[in-house]
Amino acid sequence: MLSIKNLHVSVGDKPILKGINLEIKAGEIHAIMGPNGSGKSTLSHVLSGKGGYTVTAGSATYQGKDLLEMAPETRAREGVFLAFQYPVEIPGVSNIYLLKAALNSIRKHNGQSEVDAMDFLTLVKDKVRLLEMDEKFLYRAVNEGFSGGEKKRNEILQMAILEPKLCIMDETDSGLDIDALKIVSEGVNSLRSPERSFVMVTHYQRLLDYIKPDFVHVLAHGQIVKSGGADLALELEEKGYGWVEEAVA
Amino acid sequence: MNTATASRYAAEYQTIASALPGKNLPWLQALRAQALTEFSAQGFPSPREEEWRYTNVSGIEKKLFSPSISLNVDEVDAEWLTSVQLEDAWVLVLVNGHFSAELSVLDGLPEAVSVMSMADALAKQPNTVEKYLGKAVDQSEHGFIAFNTAWFTDGLFVHVSAKMVLDRPIQVLHVVTCVDQMATTRNIIIADDMAEVKVIETFISRDGVYAASQSGTGAAISRDGVYAASLSGTGAVVGSNNAYLTAAVTEVFVGQNADVTLYKLQSESEKAYHFGGSYIKQARDARFTHHNFAFGGLLARSDIHVDLDHASECELNGLYLGVKRQHIDNHTRINHLKPHAISRELYKGVLDDRARGVFQGRVIVAEDAQKTDSQMNNRNLLLSDDAEVDTKPQLEIYADDVKCAHGVTVGQLDEKSIFYLQSRCVDEETARNMLTFAFANEMVDKIKIKSLHDRVLEQVLARFPQQGVNKEWL
Repeated sequence: MLSIKNLHVSVGDKPILKGINLEIKAGEIHAIMGPNGSGKSTLSHVLSGKGGYTVTAGSATYQGKDLLEMAPETRAREGVFLAFQYPVEIPGVSNIYLLKAALNSIRKHNGQSEVDAMDFLTLVKDKVRLLEMDEKFLYRAVNEGFSGGEKKRNEILQMAILEPKLCIMDETDSGLDIDALKIVSEGVNSLRSPERSFVMVTHYQRLLDYIKPDFVHVLAHGQIVKSGGADLALELEEKGYGWVEEAVA
Repeated sequence: MNTATASRYAAEYQTIASALPGKNLPWLQALRAQALTEFSAQGFPSPREEEWRYTNVSGIEKKLFSPSISLNVDEVDAEWLTSVQLEDAWVLVLVNGHFSAELSVLDGLPEAVSVMSMADALAKQPNTVEKYLGKAVDQSEHGFIAFNTAWFTDGLFVHVSAKMVLDRPIQVLHVVTCVDQMATTRNIIIADDMAEVKVIETFISRDGVYAASQSGTGAAISRDGVYAASLSGTGAVVGSNNAYLTAAVTEVFVGQNADVTLYKLQSESEKAYHFGGSYIKQARDARFTHHNFAFGGLLARSDIHVDLDHASECELNGLYLGVKRQHIDNHTRINHLKPHAISRELYKGVLDDRARGVFQGRVIVAEDAQKTDSQMNNRNLLLSDDAEVDTKPQLEIYADDVKCAHGVTVGQLDEKSIFYLQSRCVDEETARNMLTFAFANEMVDKIKIKSLHDRVLEQVLARFPQQGVNKEWL
């Protein structure tokens, strides 16, 4: 699904990622953990195509294609979805408009016709129920005036409707209370499938109590310093990040 | 101001004075004479005046626009007119500043409501007109007011009796068909205590909306036996490239606990000069809402001045869209004269190419106006490096127990929002178009009359690149 080889990324003259290697197969969930400033968000931004970063070396291959060459919207249409750490408010554009525009862009990209209006509404309402959201949200402007938890739920709603192949979740759990975390996790778990992979970037181990990863990687100083199974997360919870950072220093 | 220009206009005035309405009314004659004297002395406003410092009207001085002295509807295409009329409104049509009964739709008005041309009002109820004309604005305010008072040929007169709630809006269609001419109109809207009325002022040239293609193949218009200059040899009908001058003044009197909504849709042609002033006097507990859509003209200036009495409320909304070399100036003044009044103001501008926008908003809170609650906001979106906006919010507070806020933003589209939309499969160009449209659409969505909403929406969509914006999904 995604193969990252020796990826080096800088912001201005400052190197942030210093040689990331990561292999993600279809159906796998990878958790990327690490202290603040370790480069977690940079990794998710670079994979989704946000501007302001320079790739100085290495590659990221997604389904056999050079991911880093694609425009952000092409990546999205090819099935890469970024759930934002800080979802953006878009006054004047309703949720339902954005969902329709996004879904139809994907269908067009795949040579399909526009979605039928009734089918679309049925699909959207199903997913809204799944995430225990109010239908009124659909007609409000994207994220405008939403609470932190509502914004994160809205990200998962978009994910559920667009059915991406590779979901990159950038600190989706940060700022969520336990009830919201459970709803978001159930949403994610319901999307798990042998064809869909997840990269979960998180600072806290708690998320992994609800979404069980196949692999856990620890990112420190721009490198993956340790990889392991789900147990690694528990070890991190217990010991903190100090010991892995020391190990690399 | 070049007083030579003023004297050229003043010299021509004598040739048309006898054709102006109300010539048998001594009070009006005195008012017009005084206005003419003031205009001759000061001319049109100059950038040396603080409230005109960003707007130079010397383009008007280089030309000598002539008034149309009588009604001529030959150039008004009936089908086109129908397309700009609101189907659910009473419509009063002014062609080059003259009322056309034939083109207007005023059947079935309730008895408690008078809707007629200003010329008719001066003939039928001169005492009422005398009581209100020039009472919401002082003609010495600036040259355009004096000019309008001296020159006005006709206009709209609305009087809604106490407690009358008008269920349909009244639209005044201000149509200009002649090149190099001017349309000078004076409107009065009176809502007695507890009355409710909605009025829509539509300023339009025969071409309809801004940047429509040139269609002028009609015959030249005769004026005093002289044919107006023909630009291309194909005729002198107003096309998108033709200049004319609109100078309109509207006075609004909102009675106690009455409610008036005034919409202004300014869609003049590409080379037109537009001055439109709305002056509002609100009585105790009165409510007034203004929606100002400034889309057209080469140079367009709107004044909106509101006087608030005890516990009255006003809401001023504005949207200005400028492209090419358009210059669009909006000047608002809210006078909080008495305690407990509320004012809300939001003006948004989108400027592209070399267009220039001006927003001057003054809120004045008098010493007596305790517990005033006022919010003023101006937001601007600049789409090109050459576009410009000059914005100047001013709060003058002489009371000590008030809640006043103001805010201004000038910026480009937010890159974070563009990336967010891109990450949701929307290409960059569509994302920019969506965000621009969404910025403007907030103001369109405030329109409560559906037929008007749809027309304004159409004009906003036509104005900016809309590649990728799907109208059916809105």
